[in-house]
Amino acid sequence: MVAMSDTPLFFDEMHQGGGDPRAPYAGYDGWFRSEDLRDLRKKSADAERFFRRTGITFNVYGQAEADERLIPFDLVPRIISGREWSRLTRGIEQRVRAINAFLHDIYHRQEILRAGRVPVELIAKNDAFLPQMIGMAPPGGVYTHIVGVDLVRTGEDEFYVLEDNARTPSGVSYMLENRETMLQMFPELFTRIKVAPVQDYPVNLHRSLAASAPRDCSPDCTVAVLTPGIHNSAYFEHAFLADQMGVELVEGHDIRIIGGKVQMRTTQGYKPIDVLYRRVDDDFLDPLNFRPDSLLGVPGVMDVYRAGGITIANAPGTGIADDKAIYSYMPDIVEFYTGEKAILQNVPTWRCSEADALAYVLDHLSELVVKEVHGSGGYGMLVGPAASKKELAAFRAKLTAKPANYIAQPTLALSTVPILTQAGLAPRHVDLRPFVLVSPDKITITPGGLTRVALKKGSLVVNSSQGGGTKDTWVLEE
Amino acid sequence: MLGKTAGGLFWMFRYLERSENTARLIEAGFRIALTRADGDDDEWTSVLQTAAVAHLYFEKHGQIEAARAIDFMLRDMSNPSSVLSAISAARQNARLVRTAITREVWEAVNDTYMVLKQTLARPVSARDLPEVLALIRQQSALVRGAMHGTMLRNDIFDFCRLGTFLERADNTARILDVKYYVLLPSISQIGSSLDNVQWETILRSVAGMRAYRWITQGETSPIGIADFLIFDTRMPRSLAFSVGKIATNLAYLEQAYGTRHPCHEAIDGLAARLRHGTIDRVFEDGLHEFITDFLSDVAKLGHQIETDYRFLG
Repeated sequence: MVAMSDTPLFFDEMHQGGGDPRAPYAGYDGWFRSEDLRDLRKKSADAERFFRRTGITFNVYGQAEADERLIPFDLVPRIISGREWSRLTRGIEQRVRAINAFLHDIYHRQEILRAGRVPVELIAKNDAFLPQMIGMAPPGGVYTHIVGVDLVRTGEDEFYVLEDNARTPSGVSYMLENRETMLQMFPELFTRIKVAPVQDYPVNLHRSLAASAPRDCSPDCTVAVLTPGIHNSAYFEHAFLADQMGVELVEGHDIRIIGGKVQMRTTQGYKPIDVLYRRVDDDFLDPLNFRPDSLLGVPGVMDVYRAGGITIANAPGTGIADDKAIYSYMPDIVEFYTGEKAILQNVPTWRCSEADALAYVLDHLSELVVKEVHGSGGYGMLVGPAASKKELAAFRAKLTAKPANYIAQPTLALSTVPILTQAGLAPRHVDLRPFVLVSPDKITITPGGLTRVALKKGSLVVNSSQGGGTKDTWVLEE
Repeated sequence: MLGKTAGGLFWMFRYLERSENTARLIEAGFRIALTRADGDDDEWTSVLQTAAVAHLYFEKHGQIEAARAIDFMLRDMSNPSSVLSAISAARQNARLVRTAITREVWEAVNDTYMVLKQTLARPVSARDLPEVLALIRQQSALVRGAMHGTMLRNDIFDFCRLGTFLERADNTARILDVKYYVLLPSISQIGSSLDNVQWETILRSVAGMRAYRWITQGETSPIGIADFLIFDTRMPRSLAFSVGKIATNLAYLEQAYGTRHPCHEAIDGLAARLRHGTIDRVFEDGLHEFITDFLSDVAKLGHQIETDYRFLG
């Protein structure tokens, strides 16, 4: 599984086998061959200008100087066949149902702990477990209204779930803007090739949020997006989604609790909010109930929530389901709640909290990817095969000091998709984040999702904070 | 609409208006420097005074010098009224109210910011100045065009317009304030024509040169110019015009929300004073006093709007 060198070791989604392109890429390949490379490179520069103008930028933590950066966009689409997609959606839906059932169980009867399928201490000692949620039933029974399931591919029929994002998954604005950009740059491609549309996402998001409103909500239910503010790395996305849904974008200081309702300060006085799509982490959501030093949240919002006066999406405490330590139990969790084998595979995972596993990981450190249990964004992670001796030694020390803080996985042979370089097409590693909407009556998965691509040759790290880019993702209508 | 959003729109358009006004002041100063033989830099002092940043300039540079004054007004981020500061602040507010403005308006503002940030990354030479000022003018027109062409005529629009015209009324009044002594009839004044350079500064600062000539057929008198800038409702930068627009947009808000606020009383008073006032009366009572009162009323009105529509907590 460990391989960093030459391309043939990796599954290329366009050119696997070396001869004709794989079937989903046949139409695109025909078009691409008839295009002039110089024109395409010019289009690529156009796209960047387009992104800058639209302001699709993100703020990078720890880089005050480079205030707003672009996530590079590659104009070669990542294409998935309708058949591949329908299998993935079945797997995703199953997994997301299990996650919601798990959350309900964990905050109520904890049957899965009693059955011994998940160790008690994993929950009890976990910061992502919120005691404030015990016995609380969120409106409509939905915990995770929005989920991002990160997938990687390693072969023709081999997909793995890399991680679940059940807190506040981001990136959906890139999915939508990437498509918008492609439609503007290559309208003719979309008349030749039938690509499943993604533009319904904001409408579906609004519908899904409104469907989860509290029971006593007025007929014209008021949804609002809560952002930490203009300096947050994903502020553009928060504004984008509020705009696309036609709802207000609020910050903590726009909100006050009046008469048991969460209300926002408008030009005509305070108006109640029924559903809060919050893009603020649990810790910062309510200084009265969580971190008292938070200036981003709404004091007392948890009390209103517990009294049934507002829907918070996603529900507080969902992090217990996407924690990297819990991740390794997902196949059991899926089976426990759905009674079926998990359709989507997990990446084999060593929990460093277990002595045997730790011994194995320390022995094979240079072959493995080691992640912090609570980390995200590719920070604090070791990619063994790419690390220097010094880095390995430093990480070994950290790992030995706090083994329970880490999990390890084999270095996956991530599939590649070509990007456009100066010299033409060149393979680069990709992953995929499909976006899932959960409402009380149904689960909606937008066809495709966000494909992230490692732009550096040979690199396996696709995170935008680490120099990754994105691609438009096509699901073919067949 | 959120109170914060209304405030963001208001300030976004104040700053856009300010960037344009500053550019126009630089243009007036530059033009006069070019057409004057004595090479005196005094004109720049009054340009800085008009923008209410003379104290900041002197703190930094000590003495007046054309190139420094231009740079200070164009691209100095420590000057809150410099073109670059104002456009950055406008764009920051636009990001804040992204959900309330159309994509076209946002892109126009963002584009303006990016273009000017690049253009103003280095000091602008006298040789390039006309072109840079023309660019600023074009970019402002782009934003204005996007706004008029794509935005709904609702409360959002009203708050944008309030910002624009409050800033404009303030700006024109300040030009009059800095130059009021020029307009005062002096001992030898009656019938004599005003110092060419001085009235040109005033009219150029408000882009009113041609308009004034067209209306007065070339006759220039201090009273005529003051009348034009204070009372002429055809002149889009006059006090009467700006106040009229503020009154209209506040009336729309009253209608839309069904609520009358203290700011409505305030603007009605101000509008009535301009409607019933005459230039002779103003000169009788004192031009300086009139302008000082006006500036203070406009500032108070701004605060009242902020309170009535809950811009802040």
